[in-house]
Formats: sequence, C-alpha cells, structure tokens
Amino acid sequence: MGFSLDWSVFLQELPEGGVYYWEMLLSGLWWTLGVAACSWLIAMFFGSIVGTIRTTRSQPLVFFGNAWVELFRNIPLLVQMFLWYFVLPEVIPPLKRWVVAADPAEAQFLSATLCLGLFTSARIAEQVRAGIQSLPRGQRDAAQAIGLDTVQMYRFVLLPMAYRIIIPPLTSETMNLIKNTSIALTIGLAELTFRTREMGEYTFRFFEAFTAATLIYIAIAMTANRVMAVIERRTAVPGYIAGGK
Amino acid sequence: MQFDTTVITGSLPYLWQGMQYTLQLTAISALGGLFFGTLLALARLSPIKPLALIAAGYVNLMRSIPLVLVIFWFFFLVPLLLQAALGAERPPQVGAERTAIITFIMFEAAYFCEIMRAGIQSIPRGQVYSAYALGLTYSQSMRLVVLPQAFRNMIPVLLTQTIILFQDTSLVYVISATDFVGAAAKIAQRDGRLIEMYVFVALVYFVICFTLSLAVRQLQRKIAVIR
Repeated sequence: MGFSLDWSVFLQELPEGGVYYWEMLLSGLWWTLGVAACSWLIAMFFGSIVGTIRTTRSQPLVFFGNAWVELFRNIPLLVQMFLWYFVLPEVIPPLKRWVVAADPAEAQFLSATLCLGLFTSARIAEQVRAGIQSLPRGQRDAAQAIGLDTVQMYRFVLLPMAYRIIIPPLTSETMNLIKNTSIALTIGLAELTFRTREMGEYTFRFFEAFTAATLIYIAIAMTANRVMAVIERRTAVPGYIAGGK
Repeated sequence: MQFDTTVITGSLPYLWQGMQYTLQLTAISALGGLFFGTLLALARLSPIKPLALIAAGYVNLMRSIPLVLVIFWFFFLVPLLLQAALGAERPPQVGAERTAIITFIMFEAAYFCEIMRAGIQSIPRGQVYSAYALGLTYSQSMRLVVLPQAFRNMIPVLLTQTIILFQDTSLVYVISATDFVGAAAKIAQRDGRLIEMYVFVALVYFVICFTLSLAVRQLQRKIAVIR
C-alpha cells in the first residue's frame, strides 16, 4: 500500500519545540480520563436517584424519572453536546459572561462533563430500575415488615442487592462512557482522539497516530473491564447470583 | 436574544436534504450491518477455530474503540485500500458521504453480530439436530431453520439498535459530511443562529426517536404474546 511506517514519529518534537508527540497524546489521554471520571460520578449519582424513583409508587416521581430517561436517550449525544456548549450559555447570560472570561478548556471540560454525565445517567437509571425490579417482591415486603421506612428500605435492602446484580451492564455503560468522551472533540476539547487527529495532520503519520490511539483505548477498555470484574468478585453475596462458591 | 423561527423555515429544503442523507445512511448501514453481522455471528459460532478467532477479534476491536476514531480510521484508510484494490496511481476521491456508508456498515456489523449471535444461541439445540436429521446441510439448516427464528426473536433488539444507529450517524459531522446535523450546523454558522438550529435539530431527533422507541415497545409486547 505505497506507504512506509515510521514509529519513531512519537519521539519527535512538535514544530513549536519542547514537546514530543507522545506527550501530546498523553495530555489528550488525561483529558479523556478526567472527563470520563467526573462524568461517571455525575452519571452514577443522578442515575441512581432517577432509577430508584422510577420504582416507587408515587406517580409524579415515576413520570419525572421516565421523562428524564426519554429526554436524554432520544437526542444524539453530539446534539446534546452542542446544546450544552453553544446554546445553554446564550440562554443564561451570567453563564455566558463566565464562558467568555474563562479559559476555553475549562468551559469545554465543564460542558462535556455535564453533558456526558447526564446522558449516561439516563442509561444507568435504566439499569438501576431493572436491577431493583429484578429483586423478589419478598425483599420489599420483608423490609416493610421489620419497620423500615421507604428511604431505609432502598438504602439498606433493595439498592445494595440491585447494585450487585447490575455490575455487568454497568461495566458496559462505563466503557461506553469512556468511548463517548471522544465526542467532546466536536466542541474543541483536546482529548485523546482530538490530539491523535492533530498529530496526524502535523506529521502526516495518520496510521501510526491512529494505531497508538486504538491501542490506548483498548488498554483502557481492558483495565475498566478488569476493575469491574474485581469489584464484582469482592461484592458478591455468598449463595447468591455470582457468589456461588 | 430572540427565538427566530424564520431561520428554520427558510432553510427547511436544505435541512430536508441533510435528513434524506441521514435516513439513507441509516437504512443502508442497518441492512449492510445486519448482513455482515449475521455472517460474523456465524463465523464466531463456527467450529473452525481460526475463523471464529478472527471474527471475535474484529468484533471486539470495533467495540472497544470510539466511533469517532473508527470514522477517522476509515476516512484515512478507504481511499488507500481502494487505490490498492484498483491499482490506481493516486488515491481515488471517495468523498465523506460515501466513506461514511462504508464505515457505518463495517462498524454496525460488529454490533449486529453480537445481537444475532445471542439470537442464534437462544434457539434450542434440538432444532439444529432435527434439521440435520431431516438431511439438511449446514447452510440449509441455518438458512431455513435457525436464522429465521433467531432473526424474529431479535427483531425488537435489532430495531432498538437501528434507532441508536440513526442517532450515531450524526457523528459523520466530524468528517464534514452533510447529514441532518451537518446541514443544520452549516446554516447555524452561516447565519449565526446556533440556538434556533440546534434546538430544532434536538426536537426533530427527539420526536422521531421517541415515537420509534414507543413503537418498538408496542411490538415487543405483541411478540411476547405470540411466544
């Protein structure tokens, strides 16, 4: 295929000097991981609340939870990213003033994190709801029989079981979240895919740059997979589901 | 700041062109993805070990890297591969729109593969044995017995995946293809009306996807009764 590979390109300096290409990709990786970690926390927080209230007997709460999930699930992530970054500051003047004054990277990071966090929260809410609903009715009845109120019932009985059940789907949602951080490049956030393409354009070594990024993403995916597997083993309930032994 | 709807109404024909491309891309990638995905699923389940390994490797690779990166990969590779295939002097000009179709077929094949694999594995083994007992060959038993049932069982999941695909096609924005979002973004930047265009785009996607997902749920309930 008429081109030769040159892997030493990662050890070359950028035209401005002082910084190597491998450092450029690494700086992108930190942004990717930073956005992923922060939005994961947001997603788990809101996803747990929304997923839980969808299993309550209160109609308004269930409606609110359903609306939340449908809203974030039925608009493409790219469009949501544009809404957070381009549209929201226009609608809220004080926010606009902050965005204009702030470092662009900060505004991009904040928009991307909120956007991804809430987008993923809808998907986690689905899993949390499914996890709670998969529990036998007896758990709920027993919790009420020993005199727990609704909050205590969820806090001490239903959620601890539900979280354990949904660890496998949560793992794939976590991996999706990490992959989805790449969409932040559309609002200019210099994350891994952004830096990879930039490196390709500077050096015309697209193949080498893309290969490096692909390997890094695979490494992240495998690490996330391992971490979740360890959590699954540590938290398994003896005599239940995965905790057979 | 005012919400100026004339920006939207004035650009409807252009937006419709973008939407036509989005729908085309979704339909072609769904059908192509389903076709290659089914082949991949058969390969993954095949007793020929190297074939199963290659198929699994492809599927896992596609599923562990971001779609944006896959789009960039293909945008870079497709002209070079075509050049090699045609033996041409220089890489042919394929264009973002056509590259996107190839990309999405190859990418979706990995996801449809996993759905079809689950579908095939959900068919009781007895079905395959009876097919062989009747004297059907491997390809006949797959084509006439296993795949039709696997496909029918998986219709709701396949349709849900297609709704996700419909949303994901918006990412062709990163290679400047003019799909629905691309068309809206171009007008938004030309006229400086980001609010109107992006809110409109969000609304259109929401209405379409929400309606379709309700329809899929309805279908799912109907199928559940049959079985």
